[in-house]
Amino acid sequence: MSTLSFDIAHLLAGGMLLVSFMMIYQTRLYALLNVFALHAVMLALSVAWQAVVQDAPHLYVTAAIALFFKAILIPGALHRIIQRMGIHRQVEQVVGTGATMLLGMGLVALSTVLMLKLTSGSDALAREDLAFALSIVLLGFLMMITRRNAVSQVVGFMSLENGLILAAAGAQGMPLVVEISVAFSVLVAFIVIGVFLFRIRERFDSVDVTVMDDFRGEKR
Amino acid sequence: MSFPFGPVELILGIPAVAAVLLAVLPGYRLTSWLNVGASLASFLAAAALLVVGRPAPSAFFLIDELNIVFVVLNTFVGFTAACFSAAYIAHELETGRLTPVYLRFYHAMYQVMMFGMNLVLVTNNIGLMWVAIELATLSTVLMVGIYRTPEALEAAWKYFILGSVGIALALFGTILVYLAAQPVLGEGAAAMVFTNLLPRAAEFDPMILNLAFVFLILGYGTKVGLAPLHAWLPDAHAEGPTPISAVLSGLLLNVALYAVLRFKMLMTANPETLAPGPLMITMGLVSLIFAALMLYRRRDIKRLFAYSSIEHMGIIVFAFGMGGPLANFAGLLHMVMHSLTKSAIFFSVGHIAQIKGSQKTAEIRGLTHSHPALGWALVVGVLAIAGMPPFGVFMSEFLIISSTFSRAPFLALIFVAGLLLAFGALLMRLTGFAFGEPTGNLQPVKASMAPLYIHMGLVLLAGIYLPGPMVAWFQAVARLLG
Repeated sequence: MSTLSFDIAHLLAGGMLLVSFMMIYQTRLYALLNVFALHAVMLALSVAWQAVVQDAPHLYVTAAIALFFKAILIPGALHRIIQRMGIHRQVEQVVGTGATMLLGMGLVALSTVLMLKLTSGSDALAREDLAFALSIVLLGFLMMITRRNAVSQVVGFMSLENGLILAAAGAQGMPLVVEISVAFSVLVAFIVIGVFLFRIRERFDSVDVTVMDDFRGEKR
Repeated sequence: MSFPFGPVELILGIPAVAAVLLAVLPGYRLTSWLNVGASLASFLAAAALLVVGRPAPSAFFLIDELNIVFVVLNTFVGFTAACFSAAYIAHELETGRLTPVYLRFYHAMYQVMMFGMNLVLVTNNIGLMWVAIELATLSTVLMVGIYRTPEALEAAWKYFILGSVGIALALFGTILVYLAAQPVLGEGAAAMVFTNLLPRAAEFDPMILNLAFVFLILGYGTKVGLAPLHAWLPDAHAEGPTPISAVLSGLLLNVALYAVLRFKMLMTANPETLAPGPLMITMGLVSLIFAALMLYRRRDIKRLFAYSSIEHMGIIVFAFGMGGPLANFAGLLHMVMHSLTKSAIFFSVGHIAQIKGSQKTAEIRGLTHSHPALGWALVVGVLAIAGMPPFGVFMSEFLIISSTFSRAPFLALIFVAGLLLAFGALLMRLTGFAFGEPTGNLQPVKASMAPLYIHMGLVLLAGIYLPGPMVAWFQAVARLLG
């Protein structure tokens, strides 16, 4: 593999990681959605680049799904939901931005060390892609944990799925079945979430998850 | 045989067609009968696998000794739970907790869930397995939230978030398995087919396989309900309709466990990897002890039995982690016994909660006086699940303890301590439920007792006498698991 194509793959995957960090310090929901759309665009680009490098045309489909569905459709729909439901537009954080950023850096270091050490036998592109992918997955988790707001948890979950698709695209010749199904399951998941958001609105007049905690079936 | 569809196609096809039909057909009477009929037909198709012989493994389907046990059990409990559900749902419609639209949705989702679980069990492709588990999870999330009360929504949301996180971890593990297999088996779909992976697992990179297994056991372990990752389980059991609690405890946990076992087989086939045993033993014991302690503080009857499910999944994972022919045999037997007993308990709990109009333990008293049939059925069920002889659960627990004592006496002590703790908690609660001054509604009710009697009869039979062919069959599976 030429050095140039290798470097471009790195650049794109690294760009995704950077955008993941950008999502952590957003304090307004609309801005968060815009950054998430950027994340999906980066994903589409890196999957498309993998399609070129691996000469695997089916990956273009995955890239297209990422671009149209995740970068345009979902952020647009969430925008409308926030507007229509009049959701509080601040992102409520459990842990402060600075501490979350530090934790995120620790997670990236952890996943890089882990992946590079363990997969020393496989080819360089796959393993470094995997290291990036694991970092993005872990940052997605971090975001889900440190946010109270249901919408930002959903965004965290979707950025996590983006990391998974990056990993699947990086694995040489991984069958199409899986990729389409990943995209499909995101679709299903989104419908589920959409339904939930509306029901939650009906019942609580808020999408703050802590409000729901008051209704725990079992008080101690 | 010149039959257009084999049993495997029927096991998948019947629930899929039934789901579509149930989504469009109106009326309670028609749809609940269709639901029962479709479940019975799937069970018969699964039973036919035992009679007509197994189809050869293809790129998509694999039927071997291991998954036949799961498939038959899955479709059987699916059928009895559908019978129970018909009676249960009738009451929910009368009280207005479910509207006709939601009823249609409920029945369709029931069959989608059966389809998903059956697909997990018969598929030969690890990618497809993951998709099917996701499908089964999403359909159960929707059913848990079906009552739309604040509690049900919170439970469904929690289940959804934790379930997705687990599923994401499992997908990462699946990708890693592919990555380990790809240099050996070549690119493409062949490197995701389980029957291709297993014979050549010894050539895979052991480090990648190790990492993959850690992700897989954490991911699918979330769905099994193992201790640090169990938080979704009690809520999902308590807030959804009771037939779903029965199916969750009796089936969905097993299905996730099946996925773990498949990957464990892959790990043991490669001598250079980490032994998966210690990891599973630790998670099993932690779940057992933790759940046993949590049983003491429960104030909600469905939550109580949900924690008991965590405890029993801990026992089963512990047994499979110990490995060896005897412990594997015992683990498998325990899994079957737990499915039958726990779903029977949920059947009776469902009717009890409907009679009393509450799930609070404090409001359920003196059942053997007010409703003798249900009350005594609950007593028998709880005694069986607590591990009293002569029931099958006692047999399997005894086998696990004796095989552990001969190999690791210290672990056996912890294990027995956990069992005794759980036993005490269950007995303490049981005396409250069954005896004393009856509370609440004393009217006799129409309950569907047949599924309950069938399950408990089978558990009792297994405790007294296991037929020879069944023992030989389970032993073959135990050898397969290594």
